[in-house]
Amino acid sequence: MTDGKAAPRRPFVRPMAGWWRRDPFFVRYMVREATALAVLVYAIVLTVGVVRLAQGEAAFAGWLQALRSPASLLLHLVLLASFVVHAHSWFEIMPKTMPLIFVQGKRLAAAAIQRAGWAATVLVTVLVFALALWARP
Amino acid sequence: MTEPRTVELEVLRYRPERDSEPVWQRYTVPYSHDLSVLQALQHVKDELDGTLSYRWSCRMAICGSCGMMVNGKPKLACETFVRDLMPGPIRIEALAHFPIERDLVVNAEGFIRKLEGIKPYLIPLQPRTLEQGEYIQTPLQLERIEQFSSCINCMLCYAACPQFGLNPEFTGPGVLALLHRYNDDSRDGGRAQRMEVMNAEEGVWSCTAVGYCSEVCPKHVDPANAVNQNKVNSAKDYFLRFLQPRGAR
Repeated sequence: MTDGKAAPRRPFVRPMAGWWRRDPFFVRYMVREATALAVLVYAIVLTVGVVRLAQGEAAFAGWLQALRSPASLLLHLVLLASFVVHAHSWFEIMPKTMPLIFVQGKRLAAAAIQRAGWAATVLVTVLVFALALWARP
Repeated sequence: MTEPRTVELEVLRYRPERDSEPVWQRYTVPYSHDLSVLQALQHVKDELDGTLSYRWSCRMAICGSCGMMVNGKPKLACETFVRDLMPGPIRIEALAHFPIERDLVVNAEGFIRKLEGIKPYLIPLQPRTLEQGEYIQTPLQLERIEQFSSCINCMLCYAACPQFGLNPEFTGPGVLALLHRYNDDSRDGGRAQRMEVMNAEEGVWSCTAVGYCSEVCPKHVDPANAVNQNKVNSAKDYFLRFLQPRGAR
């Protein structure tokens, strides 16, 4: 550098390995992505039920019986907890995925959008329970 | 409560002519209640070690030059106060996800290239002569774009975006927010020229809605919102062309 010439450029690129452990925000993001797998697992459980239904009454009764096993109950508890975490994380990001909404010239707040998401969740849950009770043999 | 007399800084140094990789260096600077991280670095450069390199200009959070990682978070050094980070030591590193040119100076060439690529200026929908006067818009039309126009190109959002870290070709939150700012401007007619950038794999579709970009933005631009609402626009742009008569595009 004493000769007045600039040192040769040698930009250093830092590695990305383990990036998601660097910030609690990234850990929460990864939990959101991981709990999406619980949604997939439950979709498979329900799909198996539909297939068993198509195979006849005995097959469907067997599927219902399997759902009542302790292992299945435990799985359902884990899936339910994952669903709650997933729903929470999704409603958290939901206002960022939507165009700006203006009501009477005023911008709709993110919290209002999140509350609407939870309200829809509660409404659908109540409807499903009501339908299940009504359809009970 | 007695205030501390000094504070320890740990700065990630990289001098390409002598370091094979970045190394941490410790400095002790005098503490004061109103000391910003930038002022602490300036004390190092002026009094302790003139070889330390970093970018700065306005000292008032509007030029966007002094972005760096402070205790692992993307921050503008000028508006980050040492008192909020006590007792220290305070770890200072160049903005994450960018190549380090020297010490706290990153290589911003990729960002500048992307910024130029989206034509970040009004391309008038209906050009007006000087005699016809200014381009006017309603308060509501302004509010649709105002927050996105607050970007100061500080690149903190890129240091918060793991997708940019994993794929440096990703257009990234800041530039996509500015793309949206012009596309959504009632006075602008340049949308068709910008859609190619938005629709590309490296455009909005490389975003996985981590959302940290919006958390760290010092100007509350909310780039995550700009990027994600344009996934819908990009999808519309793709599918609606099948419904348009030939020659309409």
